[in-house]
Amino acid sequence: MLQITDLKARIGDAEILHGLNLQVNAGEVHAIMGPNGSGKSTLAQVVAGHDAYEVTAGSVTYNGTDLLALEPEERAREGIFLGFQYPVEIPGVNNAYLLKAALNARRKHQGLDEIDAFEFLKLAREKMALLGMDPKFLNRGVNEGFSGGEKKRNEIFQMAMLEPTLAVLDETDSGLDIDALRAVAMGVNALRSPERAIILVTHYQRLLDYVEPDYVHVLSGGRIVRSGDKSLALELEEKGYDWLREAATA
Amino acid sequence: MSTEPDKLESFVNRRYEHGFITDIDADSLPPGLDEGVVRAISARKNEPEFMLEWRLRAYRHWRQLEEPTWAHVHYPRIDYEAISYFSAPKSDKDRPKSLDEVDPKLLETYDKLGIPLHERARLAGVAVDAVFDSVSVATTFKEKLSEAGVIFCSFSDAVINHPDLVKKYLGSVVPQRDNFFASLNSAVFSDGSFVYIPKGVRCPMELSTYFRINAANTGQFERTLIIADEGSHVSYLEGCTAPMRDENQLHAAVVELVALKDAEIKYSTVQNWYPGDENGVGGIYNFVTKRGDCRGANSKISWTQVETGSAITWKYPSCILRGENSVGEFYSVAVANNYQQADTGTKMIHIGRNTRSTIVSKGISAGHAQNAYRGLVRIMPQAHGARNHTQCDSLLIGKACGAHTFPYIEVRNPSAKVEHEATTSKISADQLFYCRQRGISEEDAVNMIVNGFCKEVFKELPMEFAVEAQALLNVSLEGAVG
Repeated sequence: MLQITDLKARIGDAEILHGLNLQVNAGEVHAIMGPNGSGKSTLAQVVAGHDAYEVTAGSVTYNGTDLLALEPEERAREGIFLGFQYPVEIPGVNNAYLLKAALNARRKHQGLDEIDAFEFLKLAREKMALLGMDPKFLNRGVNEGFSGGEKKRNEIFQMAMLEPTLAVLDETDSGLDIDALRAVAMGVNALRSPERAIILVTHYQRLLDYVEPDYVHVLSGGRIVRSGDKSLALELEEKGYDWLREAATA
Repeated sequence: MSTEPDKLESFVNRRYEHGFITDIDADSLPPGLDEGVVRAISARKNEPEFMLEWRLRAYRHWRQLEEPTWAHVHYPRIDYEAISYFSAPKSDKDRPKSLDEVDPKLLETYDKLGIPLHERARLAGVAVDAVFDSVSVATTFKEKLSEAGVIFCSFSDAVINHPDLVKKYLGSVVPQRDNFFASLNSAVFSDGSFVYIPKGVRCPMELSTYFRINAANTGQFERTLIIADEGSHVSYLEGCTAPMRDENQLHAAVVELVALKDAEIKYSTVQNWYPGDENGVGGIYNFVTKRGDCRGANSKISWTQVETGSAITWKYPSCILRGENSVGEFYSVAVANNYQQADTGTKMIHIGRNTRSTIVSKGISAGHAQNAYRGLVRIMPQAHGARNHTQCDSLLIGKACGAHTFPYIEVRNPSAKVEHEATTSKISADQLFYCRQRGISEEDAVNMIVNGFCKEVFKELPMEFAVEAQALLNVSLEGAVG
């Protein structure tokens, strides 16, 4: 589904990704771990198409098409979802309005009719109940005055509504209490299916107790320095990253 | 963090949609202003003596005044001797009795503006007193209104047919000597609308006037007077567009509202005059004095405005809260693009006991525009229990624009409660990226954010006007991204 080959990317003059390779197939859950500043968020932003990041070499294909040639909104309509590390507040624009516009943009792209207000509300209530969210959230400004945990839940709620083909969650688990963490995990697990793939960018093993990844990768210094199965995450939890960093530079 | 704001600046560049000039022979006076011109205007309108005297008093006072310079706007000195002070379509001499008699070119103009007078007015249940270059050409729904006893006519007609009402109320809210532009208007006003709602009558429809500036180099001096007698209610809509042209045009209107005991006036404006081109060339100078007088107890005056046009806007729709328990409201969206300058706001003068006022001002600046809110809340010593809440928000798009807030608060009664809240925000690259990542185009995202920002004001507009205003705003910001 997603094929990243020899990807180099920079922000300003600083190159962050120095030749990254990653293949993600439908039905898989990948965890990407690594120390601060290793390039995890950059990877997520590049996949989503943030124009502050410049791709200088390599390729990214998504279901056979050149992802880098698409605008961010086109990628989204093709089914790529980014769960933001820091979801932005948009005062005055209500959550339901944004989400309905997003859903309809996707549906229009797929050649489907727009969802009507009743169907939309019904679907939204279902998904919110699943994630233990108060339906009042729908009528609040997008992330306006939300706590950190509420913002992250809202990301998962949006993901549940949009049902992406490829979801990239950028540290969605950071700063969550245990209930919120469980809700996030539930949202992610509900999305798991043979047609979809999920990339979890995370610092901690914690989330992986609830969402079992098929693969774990360690990103360090802008490259993937080690890949393995879920046991790698446990090993990291125990040993930290330093031993890998040494291995990488050696 | 990103380069988005640069892109945004180009988003604002949209050609003015209503830029066309209707070719109708204008019956204009030569440029310049002296007593002879004032007399000529009055004579052309067959005005009674009292009206001429009133104009002349205003003119003589205006001659002693200096143009004010305190507003946060900059423009070359206006040469008042280069302006022609009267222009009317030829049809003035032979006023049409129905739409069939109206110059087809004029009707075409309305079509281009999306205001098919005959159809739209009927569909929307709105009576339109269309002011085309200063003279009212067609008035609809007069019968239905007269059944209710409502007077809705051109100002010229009112001077002839309802001189007592005009004598009693004209200048009673905005005196001839009020300010430079109001004095000028008082001397040379061309035409405008007159509304009288009798005691206890709820006006059966929303009253609407579309203004249009046409003949080149002609200042527009509209005069509107609305009187809501005891226990009456009226909603008045004012909307306007103007053709594209190069030279600046002066517009100095005066609007006076009088609400007697238990009466309510709702005055809504969507203003879309030619703002000048991308470099700020041309465009209307809009120096307007709008004021409402809540003269009776429990009366209410509510101003709602959506200002997207004009090169320069200088406008402070105000309320004098004289009657006990009277209520003043001001809801405003002011958009300034390219090189537009807006200095707008309101004045709430609390005189009566337990008077209340609400101010919600939303300023949007883009391009190189400067947008200023200027508001005065004055609580007089006798205004026990007066309350005001002011909310003043600015939204910036791009890096070269400016937002300024000048709130003046004068409280002379210790029991008063006055609140002022202000925010300034920017449409950030991160917000746009967030929306785009959800599949929403940049332009739709900007519209969504802008409309969200203005929501509180739009909901105060009558339904069909709100839709128009929202569309206008989207169009105003079209092309800003890309």
